[in-house]
Amino acid sequence: MSVSSTELSQLPAGPNVKGKLSRDDLVMRGGMAVIALYLIVTLALPLYTMLSKSFSTYQVQLSQYEFQVSDEDGIYDGTIFTGTELNNTTGVYDHTDLSTGADGRLPVSKFFPDFSFRSSVMYQLRNTAEGGRFLVGSTLHDSTEWLEVDSNTFRRVQLRPVKARGIDNFVNYFSTPALFNSIKNSLWISLLSTVVTVSLAFWFAYALNRSCMRFKGLFRLVAMAPILVPSLLPGIALVYLFGNQGMLKELLFGASIYGPIGIVIGSVFFTFPHAFLIISTALAISDGRLYEAATSLRASPWRTFWTVTIPGARYGLISAAFVVFNLVITDFGLPKVIGGQFNVLAVDIYKQVIGQQNFEMGAVVSVILIIPAFFAFGIDRMVQSKQVSSLTARSVPFEPKPNSKTDSLFFVYCSIIGLFIIGMLAVCQFAALIKFWPYDLSLSLNNYQFDKMDGGGWGSYFNSIKLGLLTAVVGTSIVFFGAYLVEKSNGFLVGRAAFQMLAMLPMAIPGMVLGLAYIFFFNNPSNPMSGIYGTMAILVICSVTHFYTVSHLTAVTALKQMDREFESVSASLKQPTMKLFSRVTVPVCMPSVLDISIYLFVNAMTTVSAVVFLYSPKTSLASIAVLNMDDAGDIAPAAAMGMMIFYTNAAARIIHLIASKGLLAKTQAWRKR
Amino acid sequence: MLLAIRMTSPPLPAKSFRQIPEHLACAPNDKVRTNPVMQPTASGELYLSIENLWKAFGDFLALKDISLDIKESEFICFLGPSGCGKTTLLRAIAGLDLQTKGTIMQDGKDVSSLPPSERDFGIVFQSYALFPNLTIEKNIAFGLENAGRSKSEIAVRVQELLDLVGLPDQGKKYPAQLSGGQQQRIALARAIATNPGLLLLDEPLSALDAKVRVHLRHEIHELQRKLGVTTVMVTHDQEEALAMADRIVVMNHGVIEQVGSPTEIYREPVNLFVADFIGEMNQIQSTVIEGGRLSVGEKTFACHDHTFTDGDLVVAAIRPEDVIPHEDGYQPSAQNQNCIDVLLHEMEFLGSFWRCRLQNERFGQSELIADFSINAVRRLGLGAGNNMVIELPADRLMAFERPEVG
Repeated sequence: MSVSSTELSQLPAGPNVKGKLSRDDLVMRGGMAVIALYLIVTLALPLYTMLSKSFSTYQVQLSQYEFQVSDEDGIYDGTIFTGTELNNTTGVYDHTDLSTGADGRLPVSKFFPDFSFRSSVMYQLRNTAEGGRFLVGSTLHDSTEWLEVDSNTFRRVQLRPVKARGIDNFVNYFSTPALFNSIKNSLWISLLSTVVTVSLAFWFAYALNRSCMRFKGLFRLVAMAPILVPSLLPGIALVYLFGNQGMLKELLFGASIYGPIGIVIGSVFFTFPHAFLIISTALAISDGRLYEAATSLRASPWRTFWTVTIPGARYGLISAAFVVFNLVITDFGLPKVIGGQFNVLAVDIYKQVIGQQNFEMGAVVSVILIIPAFFAFGIDRMVQSKQVSSLTARSVPFEPKPNSKTDSLFFVYCSIIGLFIIGMLAVCQFAALIKFWPYDLSLSLNNYQFDKMDGGGWGSYFNSIKLGLLTAVVGTSIVFFGAYLVEKSNGFLVGRAAFQMLAMLPMAIPGMVLGLAYIFFFNNPSNPMSGIYGTMAILVICSVTHFYTVSHLTAVTALKQMDREFESVSASLKQPTMKLFSRVTVPVCMPSVLDISIYLFVNAMTTVSAVVFLYSPKTSLASIAVLNMDDAGDIAPAAAMGMMIFYTNAAARIIHLIASKGLLAKTQAWRKR
Repeated sequence: MLLAIRMTSPPLPAKSFRQIPEHLACAPNDKVRTNPVMQPTASGELYLSIENLWKAFGDFLALKDISLDIKESEFICFLGPSGCGKTTLLRAIAGLDLQTKGTIMQDGKDVSSLPPSERDFGIVFQSYALFPNLTIEKNIAFGLENAGRSKSEIAVRVQELLDLVGLPDQGKKYPAQLSGGQQQRIALARAIATNPGLLLLDEPLSALDAKVRVHLRHEIHELQRKLGVTTVMVTHDQEEALAMADRIVVMNHGVIEQVGSPTEIYREPVNLFVADFIGEMNQIQSTVIEGGRLSVGEKTFACHDHTFTDGDLVVAAIRPEDVIPHEDGYQPSAQNQNCIDVLLHEMEFLGSFWRCRLQNERFGQSELIADFSINAVRRLGLGAGNNMVIELPADRLMAFERPEVG
């Protein structure tokens, strides 16, 4: 460093050349600022609001009140009691009564054991400090003037808490076993699901990449199916299979599916495609030359497996493990449906907020849930950044050789996994078509009369499609444009790095947490944007932000493959960058653009966690309807709606495929030689 | 065509020593030696003027106080090893990477802080950077749009450019359907479509294979002459620079080592770096003795003029093709003391000449390399293992400062 600093000292004094910004530079920075602002408003600020909410406590400050009591003739002897003194003598309220929620109210007549509302005794009270508050009936008094009330009115006097900052909420949380046990529950459920899913997915991916068994394409298709359904659908299937009236209940030997068993099986189902995809990619890019070397060194297959295959796929395995862990620990739908009395963090948030209206405690659980999710996310990013360098240009793809014994073994294995996945879906479809399980097994479409059920009816289904389409269109535009600006603009390094960080953040934020943060932020009347609360707009914004990171990374990857000099050439030809963007960048990146939109559509269709706090009766969604109908005991219609989501997503995938092919033929003619 | 260019442009690849007649040797030029930033020799108006340019990347200085004047219609090559700052300088001229300090004047206008879109240049990159989804026509037309031209005007201009680069009927194809050399020609057509005042070429030939490279370099050169557009090309290929440039700017470690015509650079390098980087150069450790002569062991040689003083440790340098062969036992005249006995250790036949490795204990471990014409070898009956006499002509034997060790 000493050498280089002397180098720099050679620079002549005087100001550095400052470049003038071209119109394009201004447009691009402006655009970047707008999208950064979008992310700040829809992500950073809500999260900040939630964080501060978790530290905001409501305390009744008894020392801030003073009371006087008259005799029966209405004459005061001049003695003034503070609230603290009164409570000390009577001992009616303990610490937990005083630290209350935002809506806490404390009646004061209990401070006076002789109190009777028929008595002619008069009372005077006042706040001793500015900001003190008490209610008489529903009228708020916050002045420091004495207020005289008769006995009848005095019984309607209630003290209101004062907002403060502190860790009381966290102290509360950790002193309530019912709450903090969820941490342990969540962690071990996630760990167990991770181990099971990754092992199963590894051998499945191994069979598809390293054997010559038949029907690989079909197996690949089946493995991806769970991505198309909400995570609570496997829960419903499990209820039908192993529930109290389940078809295969005996297989559990008396154990209950409602609880950890159900959550783990369901989690394996819905995380399987994610793990499979990652591991499959890792196995697909391994270098065939290593296997040739191992064979020529006469290494046994077992030894080759441990010295070549596993090390080659280790980044994929680690990455898959963290992704699955993250998915399970942040998932809300599945434990809600099948968790029974088994509490996990994500459901706790829901219970605290929806059940008990204790928003502060919801915020506390959210903060706790972010920690493992953040941790898993960070390690995953680290591992993925390492994987890039593992393949060189000279690598030779591995070509599996037929081996009838192992091939048929793998075929059996994959068939079992495939049956498991199809079986779960088939059970749901079957349940949806049965009149009344298990008493009336005749087929009917009654369960599709959603309008007769709780949950928003067919309207919620169409709302979901609308949400999916809007999220796809709006999200793809924002994400791709944002990625372009950050990837291809000049200078402004600090701003671009900050933008990248902001774009990575949503991945680490569980949906429940984002949804709750939105309540705090957008449902605040003093927020000028509070108007969007309860509309479709907030659902779209929430979905776009929730699924921002993966979309952003897809776009960045595509953009990185574009020649760095296109922008330079365009500038030298005096053409606006936006012309280059629309004429060249977007058409060339069209496959990725389509991938982003289908990803956003499918996820918006299936998501429950982020939107469960944000929908209104007018904007109920199909996935929410599944949850609510299940909650109300209408399990068959819930299954029916879940399958509707599946078919819609499957159809969307097919349309996406056809559209991509058609579009590619048109816009990507140049790819052919 | 290839021959034509050899005839019109004096620079020649190092290996074709036979083609450099001795009378072409330049007279010593002290100005070149003392002032590496030379004023342009080509006629014409001053077009681009770079003054005291500095560029810092973090703690690293990529350009150190670069000053350079370029005249109108000149073809300038920035030549140097990778990392020498040549591309940085080109990108500063284009405004793609702004310099840290210093000014750039283009056509009388200070463009130092202007963004690329407000400067006047066309650029061609090593990667061609053709828009893959647009046809060749649309690629060329890209810069012609939005400038008040009608569609038919644009079409005419595009065809004109396609004819100019010799690909008249390829307009409907996509870039991926053309060969690398064809793609680079399209990139060139696109760059000159708007008649820019300055053409910048960033290693335009490096991605092509050898034959295409030689062919295309000739075409680019001819096109440049025809259009008369001031051109700056970055290259690390000395042959390319020698063949194409009016003047070469040799760069190293962020500074300009020498500016001059190809012959000047080749015949009169100002320092050992330039001498060694361009062409081949024998290097012999020696000491300056009285009269400015060079001593190698007990043997002394007369040499080209230099500014060293007695006792200075220098490197004596001579190009392989400048070594003159004589038969064994040759007796030079009394004035000519630049002859020395050597053992012809090895001979390598390289087609148009013989490359010979010569040994003499005074050279130490290293061998002197000499290129002898086939005629000379036949006439003198040379063969490996023979003894012979060689002459190091005084005007071709140069003295350079010894590089610092380490």
